[in-house]
Amino acid sequence: MSDARYAVGIDLGTTHCALSYVDLGRSSGDEVAQDLMRVPQLTGPGAVEELPLLPSFLYLPHPEEFAPGDLTLPWDSRPGMILGEMARSVGARTPIRLVSSAKSWLCHPGVDRRGAILPPGGPEDEVPRLSPFDASVRYLGHLRDAWNHLHPDADLAGQEVTVTVPASFDPAARELTAEAAQALGLDHLVLLEEPQAALYSWIHESAGEWRNQVRVGDIILVIDVGGGTTDLSLIAVTEREGSLELTRVAVGDHILLGGDNMDLALAHLVKGKLTGDGKTLDPWQVQALTHGCRQAKETLLADRSVKAVPVVVPSRGARLIGGSLRTELTREEVRRALVEGFFPEVPASARPAARSRAALTRLGLPYAQDPAVTRHLASFLGMQTGATEDLPGFSPGRTGSFLHPTAVLFNGGVFKANQLAERMHKVVNDWLASDGAPPARLLAGADLDLSVARGAAYYGYVRRGGGVRIRGGTARSYYVGVESAMPAVPGLEPPVHALCLAPFGMEEGTEAAIPPQEFGLVVGEPVRFRFFGSSVRRDDPVGVLIEDWSPDEIEELDEIQATLPAESRSPGEVIPVRLRAAVTEVGTLRLEAMPRMGSEHWKVELNVRKPTGD
Amino acid sequence: MAESAPSVFARLLIALDLFRRVLGDPRFAAEAARLRAVWPTPRVEAPSAGRPSLREPEPNAALQLLGLLQQDGRFIDFLEEEVAAYADSEVGAAARVVHEGCRKALRQHFTIAPVRPEPEGSRLTLAEGFDAAAVRLTGQVVGEPPFSGRLTHKGWRVTAVKLPKVAAGHDLAILVPAEVEL
Repeated sequence: MSDARYAVGIDLGTTHCALSYVDLGRSSGDEVAQDLMRVPQLTGPGAVEELPLLPSFLYLPHPEEFAPGDLTLPWDSRPGMILGEMARSVGARTPIRLVSSAKSWLCHPGVDRRGAILPPGGPEDEVPRLSPFDASVRYLGHLRDAWNHLHPDADLAGQEVTVTVPASFDPAARELTAEAAQALGLDHLVLLEEPQAALYSWIHESAGEWRNQVRVGDIILVIDVGGGTTDLSLIAVTEREGSLELTRVAVGDHILLGGDNMDLALAHLVKGKLTGDGKTLDPWQVQALTHGCRQAKETLLADRSVKAVPVVVPSRGARLIGGSLRTELTREEVRRALVEGFFPEVPASARPAARSRAALTRLGLPYAQDPAVTRHLASFLGMQTGATEDLPGFSPGRTGSFLHPTAVLFNGGVFKANQLAERMHKVVNDWLASDGAPPARLLAGADLDLSVARGAAYYGYVRRGGGVRIRGGTARSYYVGVESAMPAVPGLEPPVHALCLAPFGMEEGTEAAIPPQEFGLVVGEPVRFRFFGSSVRRDDPVGVLIEDWSPDEIEELDEIQATLPAESRSPGEVIPVRLRAAVTEVGTLRLEAMPRMGSEHWKVELNVRKPTGD
Repeated sequence: MAESAPSVFARLLIALDLFRRVLGDPRFAAEAARLRAVWPTPRVEAPSAGRPSLREPEPNAALQLLGLLQQDGRFIDFLEEEVAAYADSEVGAAARVVHEGCRKALRQHFTIAPVRPEPEGSRLTLAEGFDAAAVRLTGQVVGEPPFSGRLTHKGWRVTAVKLPKVAAGHDLAILVPAEVEL
């Protein structure tokens, strides 16, 4: 830890990756020497360019598809796959070989995250496949190789590396992300929640001024709408020994809703207009249309004087003028589709349309069924009314029907369109006004695309004692399912009770107490447990058994699995064990099974391989 | 200019011969006058300067740029298509694709700044020793510097070039490959 020269922040995004770094030797206090690494990547056959972002796309080429040597990278003359800008552009024409949104698959509770399932739907025996975990290793590996190429004297493995994850990532997805980094030799690793990284970036940008912009009792709402996900966090401003402190008090659910959905919504609107005129579009043209709509959206939502922007879908063939389709997108259409579609003015009591669990069993990403970001936010704030109850400086019971934020920080490329940020801000303030609370201030954000990587690198710096840290620990409490002891009734499943293993807010590097309940494990056989998490039950101590809960209070996660090795025991023997939870220094949850006798313990797998055929 | 220059003595003989023939032969004199008009007067530093040199431009960077303009802005498609048959609105629609894409390619790979910061139309004075390659004089080009005039075009100068690195063996003459959908 002491010999690292750089604190490196890696934003492993759903649609883009970025890497920022702080030169530790040249930084002290609020003076931070920070830079962004431009990532060398293929931009076309035989062409390598350094771009500020690495698009999170991976293309698995056919052996005959490119001339030998045309995929050469500065550090690899024959990479077997294409990453970044070229993967995105080539993949638009050949989607069966394109892996995209791998990060959403990594947090998909219904699939085997180590199973070779990407790209989904392609011809299985023709196109090689990757697991969501492998894809993360590849993106990180590209960034590592790029770093080592550009910094031959400072191997990335020797630096302080912070990788960001969505605040809403489940424990298994967090662990897989950490494992991906460790598989590449990045041992000095910590995970950081993306909304926290955005706030760190804001603190860093303010150059010490932030202490004057917030005060004790403030609750900062971070709304991070990226390309693929919406991530919500609440961070309270507290005081300890006379100086300001930040505590992350709550995080939202994993919502697969982002800028890509918005661009696609516009593309379908425009496609409808074109097909109404008797023109047909192939999938490639829809892709081009989506790109055109993104540009048009940003123009229309940034400049109020523009009434309409032409959108042109270029032809695929060489006849550009004769073969292109032209239409236009008006300000009113964008307002209806995006502002009203994704950010409608709803009351604070609104809730998103429920998602049925059945949808998760199909092979596909569990996209949010309700596109209204404002309804998801209303639900989040409504559930978190008790988030600040235990904090000093926050009067208990002062909140109304939802938790009242006093400041808002926006992050994510979506908010480059001012009007969307303005609408979101207005909706929050309307809710506050209806509860008789003062409006929330806007914390002027930094670069919406790069602040997560920047904040992560800055975090690596403050961890060494360079500035304020956000506390918080785990944003959920965790439970294991215990079947209740009741007489068997035919046709009736015995009810499951939830035993608390890990309390809310466990800090990195701590262990929870060991609950007294014992479980019988069969030696040599994997045993599965149902596993649960809650983002609202803050006061459950370890060992408490919950018999009754509502579905929005405790959420079922992927099953966990313990296997006792058969060494020095006879297979089939039943051994009573107790379960202990810990949070590692990296920031991942670790569960261990410990037999009553002896000091042995075994890791309980959070990421369980699904039985085949599931 | 292929043969070597004659010696000083040989040049003296040539001069005397020319003197005689110009005086004695009116047609030769007319021809000599024509040659004198088109032949540039040697500069003062001419004796030390080497032979004039013209470089063959390296085609790879030009091919690469054409490829980038085609890839991002459909530049070749646009120029290779006959525009006469289309209405202005159709050409205009395609021009947007070309403009947006080529501009992106241009800005990504070149940093371009005006040569003169003054707004076009303003008056400015060029001191002696100005860079004649960066500023072109037009109109009443007479007298001695400092020159005073009106800026009709601010000029463009590339201050930085950032072209993609090219893999060894990559054929840059293929600006865009033919596409075959299977």
